[in-house]
Amino acid sequence: MTAAGPLPVTVVGGYLGAGKTTLVNSLLRQANGRRLAIMVNEFGALPIDASLVEAADDRIVSLVGGCVCCSYGEDLVSSLAMLRALEPRPDHVLLEASGVAFPGAIAGTVGLLQGFALDGAVVLADAETVRGRAGDRYLGSTVRRQLSEADLILLNKCDLAGDPDAAEAWLGETAPDARVLRTTRAEAPIDIVLGAWTGRAALPAGGGPFDHTAGYATAALDPPERAEPEALARILADPAHGLLRAKGFMPRPGGGMAAIQTVGSRWAVSDAPSDAPSGLICIGLEAGTDFAALRRAVSDF
Amino acid sequence: MTATIYPAARIVTMNPARPHATHVAVREGRILGAGTLEELAGWGDYRLDGRFADKVLMPGLVEGHSHVMEGSLWAYVYCGFFDRMDPEGRVWAGLKSIDAVVERLAEAAGALEDPASPLAGWSLDAIYYGGRRINRHDLDRVSTERAVGVLNASGHILNVNTRALELAGLLRTGVNHPGIPLGADGLPTGEMKGPDAMAPLGVHTGFDRDLLACDEPGLRRFAKLCVRTGVTTAADLANLLPEDAVEMMLRVTGEPDYPARIVSLRRFYGLTPEELIDRALELRGRSRDRLRLGIIKVVADGSIQGFSARLRWPGYYNGAPEGLWYVPPEHLLEIYERALAAGLGVHTHTNGDEATELALDCMESALRKHPAPDHRFTLQHCQLADAAQFRRIRALGLCVNLFPNHHFYWGDQHYAVTVGPERAERMNACATALREGVPLAIHSDAPVTPLGPLFTAWCAVNRRTASGRTLGEQERIGVADALRTITLGAAYTLGLDGEVGSIETGKRADFAVLEDDPETIGGERLKDVRVWGTVQGGRIFRAADLQA
Ligand SMILES: [Zn+2]
Repeated sequence: MTAAGPLPVTVVGGYLGAGKTTLVNSLLRQANGRRLAIMVNEFGALPIDASLVEAADDRIVSLVGGCVCCSYGEDLVSSLAMLRALEPRPDHVLLEASGVAFPGAIAGTVGLLQGFALDGAVVLADAETVRGRAGDRYLGSTVRRQLSEADLILLNKCDLAGDPDAAEAWLGETAPDARVLRTTRAEAPIDIVLGAWTGRAALPAGGGPFDHTAGYATAALDPPERAEPEALARILADPAHGLLRAKGFMPRPGGGMAAIQTVGSRWAVSDAPSDAPSGLICIGLEAGTDFAALRRAVSDF
Repeated sequence: MTATIYPAARIVTMNPARPHATHVAVREGRILGAGTLEELAGWGDYRLDGRFADKVLMPGLVEGHSHVMEGSLWAYVYCGFFDRMDPEGRVWAGLKSIDAVVERLAEAAGALEDPASPLAGWSLDAIYYGGRRINRHDLDRVSTERAVGVLNASGHILNVNTRALELAGLLRTGVNHPGIPLGADGLPTGEMKGPDAMAPLGVHTGFDRDLLACDEPGLRRFAKLCVRTGVTTAADLANLLPEDAVEMMLRVTGEPDYPARIVSLRRFYGLTPEELIDRALELRGRSRDRLRLGIIKVVADGSIQGFSARLRWPGYYNGAPEGLWYVPPEHLLEIYERALAAGLGVHTHTNGDEATELALDCMESALRKHPAPDHRFTLQHCQLADAAQFRRIRALGLCVNLFPNHHFYWGDQHYAVTVGPERAERMNACATALREGVPLAIHSDAPVTPLGPLFTAWCAVNRRTASGRTLGEQERIGVADALRTITLGAAYTLGLDGEVGSIETGKRADFAVLEDDPETIGGERLKDVRVWGTVQGGRIFRAADLQA
């Protein structure tokens, strides 16, 4: 990805207390050289661990490792433009939505903006309280809609919840299009939450960047010849296979290379440099991903 | 010190002990008394000033919910369907066809020197043009070279031309967004619906958020509108009050000839509830006579005509989904608790009845924790409250500031589309509020509708829609109630009823100077009462003498 390419944006949603801030801090700790820009709506007390803050001015707080944090207030569009103009430019924007905002609406705006690419909407749910909230007289419909607009749901605080299985089963009905990842203290691999790895380089021989002991499974796929990237992307995003993410490049039947990216059921295809290496990497949960069926679907293609 | 005694054709005092007087005596910007010349002569030295001898004096009118932004918007082209007076007193004719809108915009575009600078208009009311949607081709007739954007009166739609779409990178096929309708050619029609779709276009069409937040020329223009409508105290209901704005507002309102008292509320945004309380306390300490600070504003839900208000079952008449929360309930409760503990006032925007219900639940719980006998918390808009809610409002000691202007501007739409006939007829239930003993104010929410408490009073008295329907005969109120509501009623919600709102000994010398008598002109003609100007803090402001 060249610096002039679109800047990826991930929307982070969920009701108060679900762990949005914890997730942001966890991602910052995993940034490992990637420059993350964190945009928060309700600034107030800075939601970033003090140990990560390096310097602060009026609009921008500089964090260790070249990351930044800013409050977008009511002007999402100009705040995003400001981040894009930073030198050096951030690699990825994490847009933390307010507790009652709809991630789908924010994602819709981001999708309209030139120079940005919506990566996906990640919504956190507190495994212990989410079902109660979803039944709340005032909040219920808001919480359910937030979940239903997610590409990826982090079912958080699983260590505290009495019955995370029941919560996950309930999510399957409430948000059938989203993939669910169980977390504790909102700890999830940055590569899954942000899709922030590039091509095959991230996949060491015989293994993935992801810790199998944590239950993630990775697979490399060779794209079938003469397939339309859009059609392939749709298969990768099909809820039946349960992939969390897929990413890679493939030749277009009419010439040129295409980049494919999926998160949950959301997929995007864009132009890629002609020297991009053909190949796809797919990530899912060992327990929830049917790689065999996926390979069949791709090879039948 | 010499007093000035003004004889007037009639003085309507709003003081029930002596409702009318022939003379009012003023000293040091305050009222010595209202009565006969003989009574007032007892105060000692005086000078008789006969300039109001043929005028009617009322207490300076109090607008309990407006936005100083009304002054700022006049920097853009007025495109409304109804006649509207600008701060210089010019009445812009309402535009009765799309062609007329295009013509006015084209004229304004012709006056711009830079061919690339954008042109922005406001207050377009697309619902009045026979169901025909305004599209980019209409606005292309204004200009194909500069971006053109026109904000709807509701604030929920932005109409743009082709150039604006081009600049935003949206003149393309494949745009997939619920707020962006596409034409037969697969390209956006130029109608951007809702804040999410409008956001990418604002910067290209000249809508400068910082300017709309609060700018100095806007604050000055707003004050002129106050003089022209008889207003001497106006609430600026939702300011973020950043430090530079506070300093500017203190400076401008502190100028010797600034003609209005602005009560600026700090909106809950970008701070934690705890920080909000600290900031409000700090602001309160910096108040001056003409800039009152320290009250908090919280927005609980959206708007009815934007289908973003939170409605209780059975929801919207046309089946639209249930609306949006703008504040998490936990935060609303925390703000109430902290504000009650700190002795700060909170005004809560609740359009839908579910939002009102939430505010009532939070208030009940907060009051149990921090009992407060005279908190003046106010529900703003509160348009759909029913009688049972008004009884709870009363029991919790809340005030309401209802929005009768809605009947005129959107009453027909509320009847036919948004909430349906029954709820449309009881919305902004002024009569119920008074009957249940709820302290009542009524407002314009300028710039949403024009500033003008006498017009707002007319709306509450007549409940007439633009098409002429009387929307809920039962909820009409009498002229006397309406006049008290736009003076003492609004002052009470702002905690200023001891200072303003009536003409009696000790209060600020704030008067609306009128050519007609609102008590006798008749409810039908209340909106036609002519305003000569105001007296504010004893200083005289004649509308005809205001400098451009
Ligand atoms: Zn308002």
